[in-house]
Amino acid sequence: MPDATGLELLAHDLGEAALEAVHYRGQATIVVDPAHIRTVLQTLRERGFGFLASVHGVDYYPEEPRLGVVYELLDMSRVDRIAVKARVPVDAPVIDSVTPEWPTADHQEREVYDMFGVVFRGHPDLRRILMPEDYEGHPQRRDFPIGGEPVIFTRDEGRWLEARE
Amino acid sequence: MSPADNPQLSEYRRREQSITLSPLETTGEDSHDELLTLNFGPHHPATHGVLRLLVTLQGEVVRDIKPIVGYVHTGIEKTAEDKAYWKVIPVVERMDYLSYYFNAMAYCGAVETLAGVEVPKRAQYLRVIHLELNRIASHLIWLGTSVLDLGATSIFLYCLRERELILDLFEMSSGARMHTRYFQVGGVIEDIPAGFEPKLREFLKIMPKRADEYGAILNSNEIVLQRLRGVCPLDAETLLGLGVTGPLLRAAGNPWDLRKADPYSSYGDFQFKIPVGTVGDNYDRFAVRLAEIYESVKIIEQALDGLPEGPHITEDRKIALPPRHELATSMEALIHHFKLVTEGFRVPPGEVYYPIESPRGELGCFVRADGSSKPSRVHMRDPSFVNLQALRHMAEGSYIADMIATLAMLDPILGGIDR
Repeated sequence: MPDATGLELLAHDLGEAALEAVHYRGQATIVVDPAHIRTVLQTLRERGFGFLASVHGVDYYPEEPRLGVVYELLDMSRVDRIAVKARVPVDAPVIDSVTPEWPTADHQEREVYDMFGVVFRGHPDLRRILMPEDYEGHPQRRDFPIGGEPVIFTRDEGRWLEARE
Repeated sequence: MSPADNPQLSEYRRREQSITLSPLETTGEDSHDELLTLNFGPHHPATHGVLRLLVTLQGEVVRDIKPIVGYVHTGIEKTAEDKAYWKVIPVVERMDYLSYYFNAMAYCGAVETLAGVEVPKRAQYLRVIHLELNRIASHLIWLGTSVLDLGATSIFLYCLRERELILDLFEMSSGARMHTRYFQVGGVIEDIPAGFEPKLREFLKIMPKRADEYGAILNSNEIVLQRLRGVCPLDAETLLGLGVTGPLLRAAGNPWDLRKADPYSSYGDFQFKIPVGTVGDNYDRFAVRLAEIYESVKIIEQALDGLPEGPHITEDRKIALPPRHELATSMEALIHHFKLVTEGFRVPPGEVYYPIESPRGELGCFVRADGSSKPSRVHMRDPSFVNLQALRHMAEGSYIADMIATLAMLDPILGGIDR
């Protein structure tokens, strides 16, 4: 992990793209402007963070901007980690896809889209990945109720489909 | 006159003669270039779970693979948001069902980091013992099922025989064979019972010998070697781009292992080697995992020899349950017990990502706490989910039979992929 000073310097170098630098429990996080996510990750890659370990979503309900996308970067030679976080509002949840530069983000961005409804602009194949294709809603959002999912048995499948229409 | 029209022959003979063994008429020169889309799975013994692959074939050559997952999605991450921190452990264990200790470790590690809990040394060593036993068990299942795909049935039975010994040990320490809920936030639920150590030592004596036997059988089997050697290699550069970690990356020659690179839970105290491959083909993937079994045995031996005395779980009563005997005598212990069981403990707001080295690669757990007694987000960066993306790159241009072998060597666990 970069120490608190190193993180501040890194955030300073990112210029206006960096909104906030958080150092918590020994872990470094930079909150960035979602519009600049691709350039930020590219800059950090040049600094040695060449491995994108994870992309995942967070819902900060009821705070706004509500949805967060977290990119966990890893520098394998210095064994250093940094998290980059971009927050997007729930009524326009759009962020640039980083899949062209980081092929590993492909499935993970699809998962974030599936679970949170964040649209990744420029993703080659943005479809649901874990939920069924015709599923409605994004279940990992905090205001999405838990339970109450109808179980479709073959015998009442027709009835269920009618009820949905 | 053709024999089929000969009236002197019986009806049966005439029909028999009408069959020609000449090859079927082809549609032209490019009939071999025709692309065929084959739906493979989700219910197929070679998919190691409920994985569906849309495979585009040209003759027998794989041209494209589209994995379709989600058939065993059970919403564990969503369920976790509705449970107190310590009640999340049993649900996250069920993600990657072959490496349940690792899931629990990643989650507990994340919560411990968030809450600032110090884990006693003895608990860390006990965790290492169980993690490495679990790694061996997971590799045994992988080895058995993978070579089963290549047609070797007996190895599967041998592997399950050894795994049984490990599950017996798990049963001794926790009461359960799978999904043990042994790891708790702050340590482990109970100290190992009397009789565990001799039984474990016996296992440690048996395991390397048995691994020798597997090696002897498989490395001198020409069929296995031909199916694995030089098949579907992928270089470390591409693997890193795809986010692949674990034995797959090490098989390609990159010695990245979080146990060495960024030791957690006292891994720094132990001497062990990281097996690496050279070219990253299926044989290297096989050899690296087989070699890891020996290294895990070494780690367990050292952890057992150096097992420090002391508490097996943190003494912080705000996090861990008080010992049973205190409940009868101490009012305070009773209050703590009541608060922990009914509400659970609260964790100060914050976010952490806690990565560990699972049998399949980097297993990272992201936990966001909002100050309440339930996590507001639990995410597992499951290595199978990420590694699966590499299948297309590995198997493109190879025969479909080799794709089966490659999928087996990839070692995907669908419970972990779908969560």
